[in-house]
Amino acid sequence: MPPVLETRKLSKRFGGFIACNDVSLNIQPGARHALIGPNGAGKTTLINLLSGFLEPGAGEVFLRGENVTRLAQHRRVKRGLVRTFQINQLFAEMTVLESVVLSTCERLGLGWRWWQPVENHVHAVSEATELLSSLHLLDVAQEKVRSLPYGKRRLIEIALALASKPQILLLDEPAAGVPASESRELFERIARLPRDVTILLIEHDMDLVFRFAERITVMVGGALLAEDVPEVIANDRRVKEVYLGEAHDA
Amino acid sequence: MSRDISMRAEYAFWLLPVLAYFVFGENLALLSQIAITALFVLSLDLILGYAGIISLGHAAFFGLGAYAAGLLAKYGWGDPLLGLAAGALVAATAGFASSFLVLRGSDLTRLMVTLGVSLMLFEAANKLTDFTGGVDGLQGVEMQPLLGLFSFDLYSKTAYWYSLAVLFLLFWLARRLVRSPFGLSLRGIKQNVTRMPALGTPVHRRLVAIYSIGAAYAGVAGALLTQTTQFVSLDVMAFSRSAELLLILVLGGSGNLYGALIGTIVFMAAHHFLADINPQYWQFWLGAALVLVVLFARDGIMGMLRRLVTRGAQ
Ligand SMILES: Nc1ncnc2c1ncn2[C@@H]1O[C@H](COP(=O)(O)OP(=O)(O)O)[C@@H](O)[C@H]1O
Ligand SMILES: [Mg+2]
Repeated sequence: MPPVLETRKLSKRFGGFIACNDVSLNIQPGARHALIGPNGAGKTTLINLLSGFLEPGAGEVFLRGENVTRLAQHRRVKRGLVRTFQINQLFAEMTVLESVVLSTCERLGLGWRWWQPVENHVHAVSEATELLSSLHLLDVAQEKVRSLPYGKRRLIEIALALASKPQILLLDEPAAGVPASESRELFERIARLPRDVTILLIEHDMDLVFRFAERITVMVGGALLAEDVPEVIANDRRVKEVYLGEAHDA
Repeated sequence: MSRDISMRAEYAFWLLPVLAYFVFGENLALLSQIAITALFVLSLDLILGYAGIISLGHAAFFGLGAYAAGLLAKYGWGDPLLGLAAGALVAATAGFASSFLVLRGSDLTRLMVTLGVSLMLFEAANKLTDFTGGVDGLQGVEMQPLLGLFSFDLYSKTAYWYSLAVLFLLFWLARRLVRSPFGLSLRGIKQNVTRMPALGTPVHRRLVAIYSIGAAYAGVAGALLTQTTQFVSLDVMAFSRSAELLLILVLGGSGNLYGALIGTIVFMAAHHFLADINPQYWQFWLGAALVLVVLFARDGIMGMLRRLVTRGAQ
């Protein structure tokens, strides 16, 4: 099958530092793909390049065969490519419902409507309500985002992305800082996404990665080190040395 | 605040200008100025309070609207509504064109670009004396009766109702706008500009749109001032007007449409009553009020009112 998301020799420098070096990556349709690697490996930078948050210095990004290297971020979202942020990017002064409705309005192409009040766009509101219900967030729907504990805010970070009905979802450490009990629930919700949604996941918790991923790419020092099914990655000597070694020694 | 209370407060609020007509009938010229300034502050609230675009040169659009309406009337097209439309159009065009300069940079860049553009326009108006009258102002502005029925009278009766009606109409449109999905997306941009493109929002185009709309509102306010005073003074474009505008909005509470109105009323009333007594005294207390608001009540008079009502309701 042709990859749904592909990079060819993608590179990004910050000054003299190469954060992303000649990365060529293929993501298959419907994949449950994990991207792992030590801190500073360039994983977030890669997501930033894929989503259009950053422009690469060299190389190309293809979305379903279309060259999107110079395509603006919001246009990639319209094509179904949606990301979450490692560090929450929320709307602190809105209520939970308002912020998710903001996202559903945008997905439904209502963002330019200026005559009817938001609540009259019932489709956007009901979609947001259903999503909040599926994430067990309905009881805080009317709370200000900033008043919520971190774990809940992390869920809203994910909810904003899910509200865009992604076809390809890039998750940057979605469970970072979330208590274990809640992170399990979070992953169950992600696992329930329809199979035709392609998922690329960055995650440090190896148990979660091996439970979730069907394919794993290992990134070190801005470059791809290895890519394979989890069983092979788990036994790859180079991977053990640079990455799993330190994690599994403990 | 519950919906019910705020609805009733809104109705009560809009009865005030009607009451004011009877109570302060001697001062209709001042009341018209308040309505016009309120519209001008509202225009800044749309771009700064809702979309987070900081500007130190918003008077440029006010001035363009003022001159557009003034020149039209001077050369024979003295119909007031035509003048308003022209003021809106000229200012919106200028807002649209300059938005591409303004919206690129950081807040500091925006401050400097808006200031720079307005200083250039001010100097242009100052130098083009054949056109604008320069420091002497634009003379010979002859207004036709409003709707062919109401001529502008010495007591400013027409001026007052006209300004008030325009303010009310544009306020109502702004109120719809800020409560719509478009308005919600502006608040989103203000609160987290990083996130919005990731939701599929064309951030730049939304900002261009609201900046042009804000400019059009300011242009209408400028045109109103010209029409109700039948004169355009060079200081319609002055930096002090932009600065005062920002100050009124912060005092009243930005990001709230009633904050813009209440800020204007309080400011203009205080100015009227205090400035006569002693100009230094006025500046001193104005400065003190500004510092206090910024330090202790970031959301201005409107925020304080709201907290009072919330506390009262509990
Ligand atoms: N905007 C930036 N400017 C300068 N350096 C950056 C920037 N973003 C990331 N880096 C650097 O690039 C490297 C890779 O960062 P990142 O992609 O966040 O790694 P990871 O997500 O794998 O932990 C790090 O050393 C980081 O300091
Ligand atoms: Mg990272």
